[in-house]
Amino acid sequence: MNDRHTTERGRIRIVGFDDANANRSDNDASDDDDTDGATPADSGAGPATTAETETMSASTLRQPGRRLENAWRRFRRNQSGMAGLAVLVVMAVLAVFARPITVSTTEVTITLQPFSLAPYDPAAMFVGPANAPPSPAHPFGTDWAGRDQFSRVLVGGRYTLSIGLVAVGLALCVGVPLGAIAGYFGGWIDEAIMRVVDVLYAFPFLVLAIAIVPILEPVPILGSGYWTVVVALAVTGWVGYARLLRGEVLSVREREYVTAARALGVPDRTIIRRHVVPNAVAPVVVQATLNVGTVVLTAAALGFLGLGLEPGSAEWGAMLAQGRSSLLRGDWHITVFPGLAIFLFVLAINLVGDGINDAIEPDRDATDDRRRIR
Amino acid sequence: MSLGRYVGRRLAITVPVLVGVSVLTFSFVHLLPGDAVDALVGFRDVSPATEAAIRAEYHLGQPVWNQYLLWLRDAVTLEFGESPVTGRDVTATIGSRLPATLALGGAAWLLALAIGIPAGIVTAVKAGEPADELGRIAALAGIATPNFWLGLILLFVFSVRLGWVRVIPPDAPLASIATAKFLVLPTITLGTAAAALVMRLLRSSIRRELDAPYVTTARAKGLPERTVVLKHVLRNALLPVVTIAGLQLAFLVDGAVVVEGIFSWPGMGRLLVRSILRRDYPLIQAIVLLIGVAIVLANLLVDVIYAILDPRIRY
Repeated sequence: MNDRHTTERGRIRIVGFDDANANRSDNDASDDDDTDGATPADSGAGPATTAETETMSASTLRQPGRRLENAWRRFRRNQSGMAGLAVLVVMAVLAVFARPITVSTTEVTITLQPFSLAPYDPAAMFVGPANAPPSPAHPFGTDWAGRDQFSRVLVGGRYTLSIGLVAVGLALCVGVPLGAIAGYFGGWIDEAIMRVVDVLYAFPFLVLAIAIVPILEPVPILGSGYWTVVVALAVTGWVGYARLLRGEVLSVREREYVTAARALGVPDRTIIRRHVVPNAVAPVVVQATLNVGTVVLTAAALGFLGLGLEPGSAEWGAMLAQGRSSLLRGDWHITVFPGLAIFLFVLAINLVGDGINDAIEPDRDATDDRRRIR
Repeated sequence: MSLGRYVGRRLAITVPVLVGVSVLTFSFVHLLPGDAVDALVGFRDVSPATEAAIRAEYHLGQPVWNQYLLWLRDAVTLEFGESPVTGRDVTATIGSRLPATLALGGAAWLLALAIGIPAGIVTAVKAGEPADELGRIAALAGIATPNFWLGLILLFVFSVRLGWVRVIPPDAPLASIATAKFLVLPTITLGTAAAALVMRLLRSSIRRELDAPYVTTARAKGLPERTVVLKHVLRNALLPVVTIAGLQLAFLVDGAVVVEGIFSWPGMGRLLVRSILRRDYPLIQAIVLLIGVAIVLANLLVDVIYAILDPRIRY
């Protein structure tokens, strides 16, 4: 960041503002969250911001690798995005350190992570009285089997966070190549892929996932309910990325650099990988981030309906499956805490998604919520 | 391209999609491991006579594509036969559940529009002001709240604690005061996220329109801002809201699957969940096919309406 003074970047060099910029960046790095402290520097660097974007766009052209760094710089200024990110980081840390993680074979057991923030084993029954309201010993109370809700909510984060990330990742692995191929080649291959997308789009996300779960459940490799849920959500989720990326590719493939690459005899595969996808993928990144929220909500709904994961799992949605009967008895705590955890996570994901949108696609309004449905 | 030709082309695209929807629905039974008979009876043990009867009824001896065509022929005429699991007629079962779901979904949709449109206008006009920021937070909260959780909380507060509403639906006809009163909570549960989506979409759409030259003209000739927004901008800005009606339908169906269970509402969503848990495949197929066809047709309708409203739209 500091090499900005010495190396020449872009056509426009504004010497006076560079120092202010450097100061501001230092400030940002030292206290990311303390926005109040950074306010005077912020207002002082007002004009510098324009100068910065000026040099930035020039440097982006020269060094594509800096694109991420620049996006991160813009994201960091987004208060609500950073707040969302902070929530996600805290939740991830809590989930990872909730219980020790061990890898065991028949002979050895290797402990990857020895910490245990959760006071009890989430599956251990009758560590306290059944259906007990929150107390110092059990901050979130206990459920019908006397299991500690606090421990279960902490460990439940593992399901939610990993299902969200893995299912969206898998869906991207399918949707991005298919969308790129459809958009780049066009013709019958485009027709074929897009008709499949249309057919899958005819079914609501949750309904399709519900219908697929019984088909996937007996597949031996998927085994436990976890992978059934992940695969069901990925199978239903890829269509959104394919459709969105195809639309972007349609315009990118008409650009001069693609024509130039083609004229130079670069193979199509390389053109798609090196030139087309990197320039078309920005909206897909935003949608994928927002979709983590949708996927998490759908996974929780599956758990709530008792599909996929085993009924006793400490997944947040599955924990709510008992919610109705316990609520009718008056035990509010069983429902409130897992639901609050889902709410916080999805809210944070949406804030981060909006922040990423503003950082990498400043021209597109983050409130175009069609993307949030699927 | 004329409107007629556009509609014709749009119809031509719809046909293969409908075929694909039916093939996918049909294949649910055949993608299950084991024999199709096992799937059709819900993986129970049945007598050889019953098995033979099911083989005959679903034409299982014939090639798969033939089975599909025969199934499709029956499906087109809404003949789904009897469910081997419950012994009840599938079409009649769905018919008895459909009105309840339509009532709930329609109410939720109206609620979404009734909240989403005014809120979208206000937040767009007051962009950057506290009202806008409040709207943004409320919308994000609405989207992030799991509908089953919201439903449970509402049920707890208003039914269990305050006792204002019954926990289970009243034994009254659909069009009655008692039922309408009961429907308030499920409608709020189902409509909240949909309202948030409408609001945010309308907000961004109005923001885009406000930059258009015709708005400058309207303002320059001295029209009050109220007239500019409500008479000129809103008409154009509502178009994107029309286009998501199909998506909204899918969204509401997803919601109904969960919400109906919480409020014991005798609709299709609850029926679908129950039939999945019972592995009642003929019923599952019929419901999924109905949902798929409804959404395809809704999207078709939306595109045609869109083309009529905005003559520039031709693909």
